[in-house]
Amino acid sequence: MAIDAQVVQALLQTAHTRGASGGDALLVDSTSFEAQVRLGDVETVQNSHQKRLGLRLFFGQRSATTSTSDFSPASLRQLLDDTCALAQAMAADECAGLPGADEVASTVPDLGLCDDSLQQLPPAERIAMARDAEQAALDYDSRITNSEGGSYDSSQGDVTYINSHGFVGHYRASLASLSVSSIASDDTGSMQSGSWFTAGRRMDSLQAPQALGQEAARRTLRRLDARRVPTQKVPVVFEASVAAGLLNHLFSAVSGSAIYRAASFLTDCIGEQIAPDTVTVYDDGTLPGAPGSKPFDGEGLPTRRTTVVERGVLRTYLLDTYTGRKLGMRSTGNAARSAGEAPSVSPTNFYMVPGAATPEEIIASVPSGLYVTGLIGFGVNPVTGDYSRGASGLWIEGGELTYAVEEITIAGNLRQMLADIEMIGNDLDRRRRVMAPTLKIREMTIAGS
Amino acid sequence: MTQTPARPADFFDQQYGMSTASLQRVLDRTLSPQIDYADLYFQYEVSDAVSLEEGEVKQGSKQVNQGVGIRALAGDKTGYAFSDEITVPSLEAAAGTAREIAQSSSPSAGVAVQGAQAPAHDLYAVQVAGTDVPVQRKLDLLQHIDSFCRAYDPRITKVQTSFSSVHKLVLVATSEGKVVGDVQPLLRLNVACIAEAGGNRQNGSAGGGGRIAFETFIEGEQYLDLAREAARRAVLNLDAIDAPAGTMDVVLGPGWPGILLHEAIGHGLEGDFNRKGTSAFSGRIGERIASEACTVVDDGTIPWRRGSLNVDDEGTPTSRTVLVENGILCGYLQDRLNARLMGMAPTGNGRRQSYAHMPMPRMTNTFMLNGESTPEEIIGSVRSGLYAVSFGGGQVDITNGKFVFSANEAYLIEDGKVTRPVKGASLIGNGPDVLTRIGMVGNDFALDTGVGTCGKNGQAVPVGVGMPTIRINAITVGGTH
Repeated sequence: MAIDAQVVQALLQTAHTRGASGGDALLVDSTSFEAQVRLGDVETVQNSHQKRLGLRLFFGQRSATTSTSDFSPASLRQLLDDTCALAQAMAADECAGLPGADEVASTVPDLGLCDDSLQQLPPAERIAMARDAEQAALDYDSRITNSEGGSYDSSQGDVTYINSHGFVGHYRASLASLSVSSIASDDTGSMQSGSWFTAGRRMDSLQAPQALGQEAARRTLRRLDARRVPTQKVPVVFEASVAAGLLNHLFSAVSGSAIYRAASFLTDCIGEQIAPDTVTVYDDGTLPGAPGSKPFDGEGLPTRRTTVVERGVLRTYLLDTYTGRKLGMRSTGNAARSAGEAPSVSPTNFYMVPGAATPEEIIASVPSGLYVTGLIGFGVNPVTGDYSRGASGLWIEGGELTYAVEEITIAGNLRQMLADIEMIGNDLDRRRRVMAPTLKIREMTIAGS
Repeated sequence: MTQTPARPADFFDQQYGMSTASLQRVLDRTLSPQIDYADLYFQYEVSDAVSLEEGEVKQGSKQVNQGVGIRALAGDKTGYAFSDEITVPSLEAAAGTAREIAQSSSPSAGVAVQGAQAPAHDLYAVQVAGTDVPVQRKLDLLQHIDSFCRAYDPRITKVQTSFSSVHKLVLVATSEGKVVGDVQPLLRLNVACIAEAGGNRQNGSAGGGGRIAFETFIEGEQYLDLAREAARRAVLNLDAIDAPAGTMDVVLGPGWPGILLHEAIGHGLEGDFNRKGTSAFSGRIGERIASEACTVVDDGTIPWRRGSLNVDDEGTPTSRTVLVENGILCGYLQDRLNARLMGMAPTGNGRRQSYAHMPMPRMTNTFMLNGESTPEEIIGSVRSGLYAVSFGGGQVDITNGKFVFSANEAYLIEDGKVTRPVKGASLIGNGPDVLTRIGMVGNDFALDTGVGTCGKNGQAVPVGVGMPTIRINAITVGGTH
């Protein structure tokens, strides 16, 4: 059943005649493709097409959000009835409401988010990329004995946002990724897995399959013959890909939704020096072609570059309209929206500005310590900043990487870890929307043997 | 709100024209000489959620999630297509895509689809769908819990509660002619509190629910136990000291700490990893992997439980699978594909998050059976160690067997007595090794409160865990001092 912006606008009109004071809707039409190859053979191929409408209505300061993928007239009527009934059952929330009409985006810039050549690439070629990447890993070394496969994924989405201020915005975005996970065995038969991926909005931003597979193999091999180390306090260097996890925790701590609930270790910290003056962190939704870019946010506000941490000083929280009003501040254009849910605060491209040091120089600065290349577990408390996660990596001795390390934890407190950032790499990992370079933390507790 | 019809086969027929003839036609389209097996998975899911913050109603949402997934299997190859449009033409198009994997366009031999059958079990027959219960009743529940938590202790400064209901109708039709439907209710309450004293701010949370009716959930006000747990934990943590770091003896309390079994061995015994030889447990059936006191099972047939199912998401009846018996590894968890490729029987563990996901072997309710010791004897046996009674999440590296899970309520044990609360403790260990270190098993078995969600390859499914009190000899505690 066909649905378009006119149908949605008519739905908002009908809501208005039913007493709704305002509302907005999100229409997402997406297709995806996924192919997995294992030991040279195609294992799965998956295709999909999905279309979903999300509706949010306000009755004064009462609101509700609903969604459906059934666009029959009867279903849309039901959606409207349900939304009206649900909204009216809610208590009034003085901060609820659409952003001001003057705040919504006046233009929709083309940020180069969609590459049609991804859609046109024949499935056989996509499968070939996964196969070539996996083969490169398998061929790299005789100790690579098994594989969890190579995988190519791509998706394309059409996003339309409409609100009762009269805003209608539309953009298209594509995303593709290629990954390999390989398995290595040592003499005793004990195994380690390692993986690597490349991702981007454009075909030409993907790493070549061969290089990707070789990188996966190198990462797997360096985990072999891992040991435990004794419990101690040492400097810890986070490889860029895992340092992104620390930036994720920082994002959660500056997100308006955690702040107004006092559920962040950075509550009431604006203006404070939370990190050394070498640390600057931006959230920038306007970077052309970047994974977290979009021309407007989930409430129709223009995206922008926000300075979150400037030379170590916390400058602002990241906000959508609701959390902004809760805190007496203005939205920073960080509303994200999936069709079924009310807007929530989300990063666009959230990254730490890279420093001057190469990863090698950072490692060379450590007499004895840990180079972390993998983390597991969920031992991070956003309220207190207490941090304890399972770690694997390589031991640094005399400024050089030595043997592999596993079955240990690294622990500290995020507030202290931020203050203890001693060196920042020049190697920003740009594959995800939360990005970090290699980071060195002055000291953390390792629990081991 | 909509009254949702009960029988999935009738529902998909009336709503979307998925008669027996239509199912047969689509399956015929999917099959070809190279395709061993094909199935269709229809889903119509209504879900709603309300939340309360600072004593005020924060948000209400309601979603309808419907769609169909079509799968074609050829040897170890899978073709999958899904769509949120349930019509015969769109299904036929998807069938073509799913079939492409076998690279064949020749027509099929023909399928004889039978009438829909009832699932093997009837574990959660709920009269009124949670999504049909008036919103006001859920809001009243949350208001009650909110005031209860605030009254618990003046140091409780923030309370956040939410209640969600899911009512899911599924229908599985296979190229073997089998058609089976199920109605799967699921309720969940979450309570989170923040306590503050002199600039020290701590949190505590608790949750619970199951495949039960709303009336059953509120009966006897047992939800207040969850509210009390959340508030008590937040206040307790105000006095907690930093967790120790290093290797020590650890006692795990009953119930939710059974997440140890889920992470340390459960994932490693899922059929897919073992077929591919990528699990630390690959090829180890018949070996001793635990002390004799340990028997671990996965059981999807416990009535009303969050992790239970009448049939799995491939239409196979769920069952009780013994994974470890008196310390000996004896079973894997299987879906159809991996069972067939390994020459084993499916165990009813083929699960998926939704029609937009392919099934794979997953746990249901995973737990350890009772032993002989009393919890007092177990705690009393430890000179110096940690007593952990509640956990947040856990994670495992399947291939090397290393797992981590993080305590959110734990205490020091000194000279056989539970003393000070500690915060921020993670436990890290090695799956194939940890169960051999279980020195004592308690007689106080409990299941969790109905709170677990397991993630694997990007798919989330509800699960349960359980355990009596146990003692683990020497495991690494990842604190800061």
